[in-house]
This record gives sequence, C-alpha cells and structure tokens, in this order.
Amino acid sequence: MDSENKIVIRNVTLHYDKFRALDKISLDIKKHHVTSLIGPSGCGKSSFLRCLNRMNDLVEGARVDGQITLDGINIYNNSEIDVVDLRRRVGMVFQKPNPFPLSIYENVAYGPKILGRVQKSDLNLIVERCLREAALWDEVKDRLSSPALRLSGGQQQRLVLARTLATNPEVILMDEPASALDPISTAKLEDLIHTLKSSYTIVIVTHNMQQAARVSDFTAFFLMGEMIEYGITKSIFTHPKDQRTEDYITGRFG
Amino acid sequence: MNRYARQRIWFLVFWSVALVTLSILLLLILYILANGLSSLSFEFVSASPSRMGKEGGIYPIIIGTLMLVGLSLMLAAPIGIGAAVFLNEYVRQGAATSLIRYATETLAGIPSIVFGLFGFVFFVIKLKMGWSIISGAMTLALMVMPTIVRTAEEAMKAVPLSYREGSYALGANKWQTIRFVVLPSAIPGIAVGIILSFGRALGETAAVLLTAGSSLNMPQTLSDPARSLAVHLYILASEGISMERAFATASILVMTIFAINLLANFLMRRMSSRFSQF
Repeated sequence: MDSENKIVIRNVTLHYDKFRALDKISLDIKKHHVTSLIGPSGCGKSSFLRCLNRMNDLVEGARVDGQITLDGINIYNNSEIDVVDLRRRVGMVFQKPNPFPLSIYENVAYGPKILGRVQKSDLNLIVERCLREAALWDEVKDRLSSPALRLSGGQQQRLVLARTLATNPEVILMDEPASALDPISTAKLEDLIHTLKSSYTIVIVTHNMQQAARVSDFTAFFLMGEMIEYGITKSIFTHPKDQRTEDYITGRFG
Repeated sequence: MNRYARQRIWFLVFWSVALVTLSILLLLILYILANGLSSLSFEFVSASPSRMGKEGGIYPIIIGTLMLVGLSLMLAAPIGIGAAVFLNEYVRQGAATSLIRYATETLAGIPSIVFGLFGFVFFVIKLKMGWSIISGAMTLALMVMPTIVRTAEEAMKAVPLSYREGSYALGANKWQTIRFVVLPSAIPGIAVGIILSFGRALGETAAVLLTAGSSLNMPQTLSDPARSLAVHLYILASEGISMERAFATASILVMTIFAINLLANFLMRRMSSRFSQF
C-alpha cells in the first residue's frame, strides 16, 4: 500500500498485573483510511485500542512494552509527546455513549475549553462546525442549551463524536460505537465514518463482521491477545490466510 | 387468600406505617407551633432580651446562632470536601484510606457532649479562646465534618467512570476532570451533606453551651460569647424562666429547619434538572 502510516505498532505487549492481554502485536494504521479490529469477546481488541491513546495509563497495574509511534513520535516517551496532547490528537468514542451531564453546547465545547485557548465567538463556530460534521446540527441547532442526556442513543453517540472532533484530532478511535444503537442509527453512524475518513484516520473495534466489511479498508483479526492476520478488508473476508480467521469469519466460533 | 388480596393488605400495612410516622412528626411540630406561635411577634425577633429572657426578644440570639452555624459550615465544608476529593481521587485505595475512613465513621458516631468537652478543654481553656463564637464554631465544625466528608465521598463515587474516561479521552488532566465533571455532578449529593450538617449544628445544645457560653449580649466579634437558639430554649425551659418563650424559640427553630429543607430541595431539583435525563 502506498498510503503513509499514521500509527505504527511494533511488538506491543500489554499486561494487566500478571495477566497478559496482548502479545507482541505489530500493525500499521494507514492515514485517511478506516482500519477495523475484529475478534471474539475478550480477545484484547479494546485493550489494544486503549493503548493507542494511552487510556490504559489510567488502569492501575497496566504495563505496555513495545513501541507505538504517531507520525514517527513514540507516544509512550514523555519527552517526545505530552499525554494530554496525544489525547487531543487521538480522540476516542466509547461503546456506550457518555455525554457529560451538561448541555449539548457545553459538551462539544468541553475539549477546546479544557485545552484553554478559545474565545467565546470562536467557540460558537467550533461547536457548529463539529455538530455539522457529526451530522447532528440540524437536529439540535435550536436547543443547544438543553441537557445532552435528553437526546436519544444515536444522537448521543453523534454528540460524543462531535465532542471528539472539537479538539481537531487526527485519529479517531471507536470502540464498538454502534453496539448500543438501533439499526438506523448504526447505518447513520457508518455513513458518517465513510465521510469522515477523508479528513481523519479511523480505527474501529467491532463485533459485527458485516459492519467491518462495510465500513473498513483494512482489517485486523485478534484472538486471545494475539493478532492473527491483518490485511485489506476484502482479502481478509474473501480469502483469509489463517484457518482461525476463516473459522471466525464463517461463524464457527465467537 | 389470593395473591391480589395479599398485595392489598401489604399495601395497607405500609401505608399505615407511613401514616403513623408522619402523624407523629406532624403532631410534634403542630404542638410546638400551637404553643409557640402566639408568643411570636415582630418584637420578639427584633428586640433584645430583658429580665434574663423572661421578656423582650431574641434578636442577639438569632444573630449569634447565624454566626455560629455559618462560621462552622464555612470551616467544615471546604476542608471536608477537600478531604473527600483527596481520599477519593488522589490517593491509592488501600490500608491507609480504609483507616482514614474508619476514623471518619467513628468520629461521626461520637456523642456531641464529648465534642463539647473537647472544645471546652482545648479551645476555650488551653488555646485561651474563652467562651466565644470561634470556639463554638470550631467545635461544631469538628462535629459536622465527618458527615460532610462521607456524603461528599458518596456523591463523588456515584459519578460514573464513563464520565471521567470521556473527560480524559479529550485531553483533560485529573484536576480539570474533577473540577469540570466530577464535582459538578456530585454537587446535589454534597449539598445534602451540608444541609444535614446545618440542621445538626442548629440543634446542638450542650456542646455550644460549653464552648460559646450563654451570654445574652449581642456578639460584636468572633471572640465574643454568644447564645444560640437551642441553648436559649434549654435555659428558658430548664430554669423555668418562661415556657411561652421557650415554645416560641422552638417554633422559630422548627420553622427555620423547614425553610432550609425547602431551599435544599429546590436547589437540588434545579441542579439535577440540568443534569438529568428527564
């Protein structure tokens, strides 16, 4: 593939105290493409995702060995990059929508406000831009100050996406973003992912293989902490190289 | 007996229990008000007492009470909330935190008179602060702090991990997450703790008598002694000075508690409506 690598993962091993959750994972995340991580429950794909924005730092006893670089910079090297800056550049959408118990406006404005540098007028523009990018603007433009928790599940997830976009990230990590949503909201979210990839790099963890096939350019198959296979989505799903991949895809387990 | 009938009987049982509880409460309040309201007048709350409280009003006592309770909360709330933030968010949970929590729980159960004795020996005598509002307020603050720490901790524990994760994932640091997400979500719970503490401080009698004294003069500074409403009520009744005025003072106390609770409910509802799904 001739597109450049946004994130390069080499021999990454993750331990939670004595438990080894990931074993020597090596992978390339291509810029402006969607990479999906598939595999059965508990195989480590969410843990892996959380390594990419150092959310595992918050877990006591978590230890990451190996190397992860973002645009060539080692993200675990505190002298090369500040973890706060990393999380601004690599945003995350969680499985269950988690808008703050604040208004819609305040949710989207949270990131820029935290990072400090914004005027009120600029904030209005940022909020509008992000809500538009997340395809939520038309539905909420007249009630920006109403509580975010009153939105439906699908709307909340798009709000969380808008909130993530407000920090101008380069990468968006999505951890099973549609698993709590109904089919229509899921379809809307998938369309959004398709639109967003031209401006961002997206990594999505999903349980739903049809979704992975629909939405992603590259797919990595995880099993019990190891990455079994990785390649162009179409190849993985039509002629997988590893027997275990084929078994999973054809539904023999997981 | 069929299931439906049994349900109805249980319903009636619980209903009656609730009714009895409410009735007793109502009876108590109405009895006090019935005996006290007649002695209440604008003069009563605005004038100073004369003849040891047999005549006149309770104005300096109201002021003294406000100063005592107000100062105690101003001391206890920031320290209590700060301690709760520290225990909950900054310290690794383990033996040390369990010990601190156990100590806090124990403090919460210690009888008020013991605090009163401590306050008397330590603040009034040893630190030479004498019978004063400051001695009384500090003693009251010690009494209510465990409650504030406990309710603040519970309120913060109730904030879901998903909110904190959302904040960290956006690039916030720990203090920003606490300040902008955890504390605001915890405020209704913390407010409850403060209201409860207000109620307790208002009702304390022996400890206040031992540390703030029982002077009927208008307190001018924090080192002046002062008499609180509860202490005044006690003295009027136990020394047989004036039962009518004792009831009147009690009525004021009861009405104040009512008003505070109404305010608390109103504030909590307003704050939660910003935060809730309904």
